[in-house]
Parts: sequence; structure tokens; C-alpha cells
Amino acid sequence: MATVTAEQVEARVVETLASFGPDADQITRGSTFEELDIDSLDLVELAQVVEDDYGVVLKGEDMKELKTVGDAIDLIVSRAE
Amino acid sequence: MKRRVVITGLGAVTPLGVGADPLFERWAAGECGILDGAGACTDFEPSELLSVKEVRRLDRFSQLALVAAGEAVADAGWDEELPVDPFRAGCIVATGIGGIQTVQAQLDVQRERGAERMSPLGIPAQMSNAAAAAISMKYGLKGQAFAVASACSSGAHAIGSALRMIQYGDADGVVVGGSEATLTTFGFGSFNAMQALSPTGISRPFDARRDGFVMGEGAAVLVLEEASVAEARGATILGEVAGYGSTSDAYHLTAPEPSGEAAKRAIELAMSDAGVGPDEVDYINAHGTSTQLNDAAETAAIKRALGEERAYKIPVSSLKSATGHLLGAAGAAEAVVTVKTLQTRVIPPTLGYEVPDPECDLDYVPGEARPLVMSNGRPPVALSNSFAFGGHNVALVFRGPAS
Repeated sequence: MATVTAEQVEARVVETLASFGPDADQITRGSTFEELDIDSLDLVELAQVVEDDYGVVLKGEDMKELKTVGDAIDLIVSRAE
Repeated sequence: MKRRVVITGLGAVTPLGVGADPLFERWAAGECGILDGAGACTDFEPSELLSVKEVRRLDRFSQLALVAAGEAVADAGWDEELPVDPFRAGCIVATGIGGIQTVQAQLDVQRERGAERMSPLGIPAQMSNAAAAAISMKYGLKGQAFAVASACSSGAHAIGSALRMIQYGDADGVVVGGSEATLTTFGFGSFNAMQALSPTGISRPFDARRDGFVMGEGAAVLVLEEASVAEARGATILGEVAGYGSTSDAYHLTAPEPSGEAAKRAIELAMSDAGVGPDEVDYINAHGTSTQLNDAAETAAIKRALGEERAYKIPVSSLKSATGHLLGAAGAAEAVVTVKTLQTRVIPPTLGYEVPDPECDLDYVPGEARPLVMSNGRPPVALSNSFAFGGHNVALVFRGPAS
């Protein structure tokens, strides 16, 4: 997983979140999940994608702390290293 | 004195199109929505009518219900602002089977990729109350919201339950209906194994050649209000839910009790609840599934409940001749067309009815639509029947507007 870059993770996270409802151009690192109307069920689905793609396992307690898209990207990148 | 319950909004998504008007008008024009042995909602494009989030989160049965509810709520003028205290606005959406498409898809995921890859949306999408929950959330209905299930009587049971909820004083308005989306390998395989489906793929209720029902899908929703609330706000009153009766055969899991005794009692209870006698019933919207057993037992029940002499004079027609059997949505769709029949004074025909069966000898409105004839100047009255696997019988009485 050493080849995973933050840019790749960001692109994958944005693409996945956009498939849940919000427009892709609305999603930035600073967007909060609340303003994107992304809830805990969506985050579980995001975690499944992340695990499939990067082998990073995110549990409920990991997700609880996440407020913004950037928080999620940073967590995934740090776990993938 | 019972609180009166009026209808102020109608909505439907059926094999005849998206909308209550296409449903009624196309049926009345003799058009059939059945293709290749199934009544599919081919005009329904979820992505055009619902948000990305709604489409992803909802099983097809809830998508159909949410669109039908949107039409009914707008028709009633409830979409801008609720005319009643939100905690006194209920929502009952029936389904016979629930989110079976979700169940099938998630079982595929479980088998192919393992249980840990199943979607967190699996249960909330398949649960039978998912449609009621989605409608309650979208329109801010904070009173009682739930599903009812009684197979093919579900939609009628929902309306009866909503009627009582308002009459009893637990709610002042209820968004009520039924929904079903069972055109899946499970649905076809299972009903076929029972030999319940028509091998010819033709729905012709009461005809001697009938050979089973044609499975359909769809949703229908009505907005019911306590009469003084609707009158005070100047709402257009489309009709009244006047009576409800329900019994069970306690006889067989799938076959109706042939004498129609319990079904007769349901009809009698509904007429008594509405305070109408046999001479006041101007039209019967039949359950009329196109199975040998149902259509004969229903005919027997109608004759016993209204008396043979009167029963022969009442026009009886079945929507299932045009849409197939919408299962848990059937009673609600039939309520919508019954209200429209009373409103427009046009009785749509039983499509395809040509060859009489000695066991089915009522006036099934063959050929084409005809005017509703009333015995005197009072508002017209109709009966709508629903009967189900499990032996559940429901009769509803509707009263049309005075003019």
C-alpha cells in the first residue's frame, strides 16, 4: 500500500461520497459530513469501499471522530502507510 | 357521532403510468398495462422523480410509494405546509412483501463476497415500514406511522386503519396507501410454484377462461382528513371513506372459503359501518383477481351480502383486468379508482371479459366504460373488496361528492 497517495485517496473518497447524493463539485476537504448530508450509514459504506481498495479497516469508533472530508482522507492515508 | 373522514388527495404509480389520472383514465378507456404476462411500472424512472439519496436508500417498493405520496400530498395541498398539528398527522403504508428486491440483491452479495460486505442499508431498505418511514420524514408527519401487512388485503387494511385512527381521534389527517414491487425471480418463482399465476399471462377476472392472476407492481396513496379540518381550510373534497369491515376465513392459507361466508360478513360490516343498505350501493370495485377460486367466492359473497336480486343490478368491475394484481398495493389502487369512479360518475370496464361462467353471474361491466347511475339524488356510494392469502377479507365503503 506504500504507493497510495493522498491525491488518489481524495479522488476515491470524493467519487464515493458523490455517489451517495451530494454533487462532486460541492465536496472539498473542508466540507463537513453534516453539510453534505452524509450520515453514519453512508460512512459505513465508505468504510467498505476503503477496505476493498486500500485494505484499511475503519471501525465505528474511528468514524465517530470524523467531521470533515479532510479528516477521513487523512485517517485513511495514515492507516494505509 | 363518528368523526367523518374525507379524501383530499390521490396519487398512484401503476402499470398504467405515473399518476392517479392516467391510472383511472387509461383503465376507463380500455387500455391494459400488462405486457408479457406482468404489470410492470415501465413509465416509472426513479432517477427522474427522486433524489440520488432517495434512490440509493429506498427499495423499489418505497420509491414507488414516495412518488405516489408526493402526488397525493400535493393534490391535497399538504406539500407547502401541513394543515394539522404534525403530531396529529399519521402515515400508514401497507405492503404484502416489503423490500424483496433488496433482500435478493443482498443475498447475492452475501454469497459472492461474504456477509461482511453486505450493505448497511440492507435492513432499513427491506423493512416493511420503510415506505411509511420515508414518507413521514419527507413530509414531516410526526404522528403514528407504520406499515400493515395482510398480503393482498394490505392496502385496504391500511385505509381501514387510517379511517379508525381519525375517527377515534388519534389523528386529524393520515397519508395512507400501499406499495409492492415483487416482479423478481423470488416473486415469479414462488407464485408460479403455487400455480397462482396465469400461464397465458392474461388477467380476465370473472371470465370462464380465467386461469390465474397476473402479477403487477405499483403504489397508491390517499390523503385522508377529518371532515371539519378539510372543510375549514376549503380543501377540495374528493370523496369520503364511509365504512370499513374486516374478517378472516380461518380456513386455508391460500384458498378462499368457497361459500364466501366471512367475506360476506366483511361486506356487511362495512355497509353497516357506513350506514348504507344494499339499495344504496351503486358500484362495486371487485377484488376480481382472475383466479378460479377468488372470482367465484367473491361473486358468492357479494350475492349473499347484498341479496341476489340487488346484486344482479349493481355494476361490478375489476381494475386487475388492466394492471394485474398489485398485491399489497391493490386495495389502495382500487380505492383511488373507486373514488375517481364516484367523482367522475364513469364506471371503467372489466377488460377482456367475454365468456360467462355460471359461478360468476353478476354484471361485470363488459366491453367499455359506462355512466354511473344512481338510484336517487343522493351522493353515490361504492363498495371496494379486498381478499388475501391468509384468509383476510376487507370491505371499504366510499361515498362520492354530492355533485
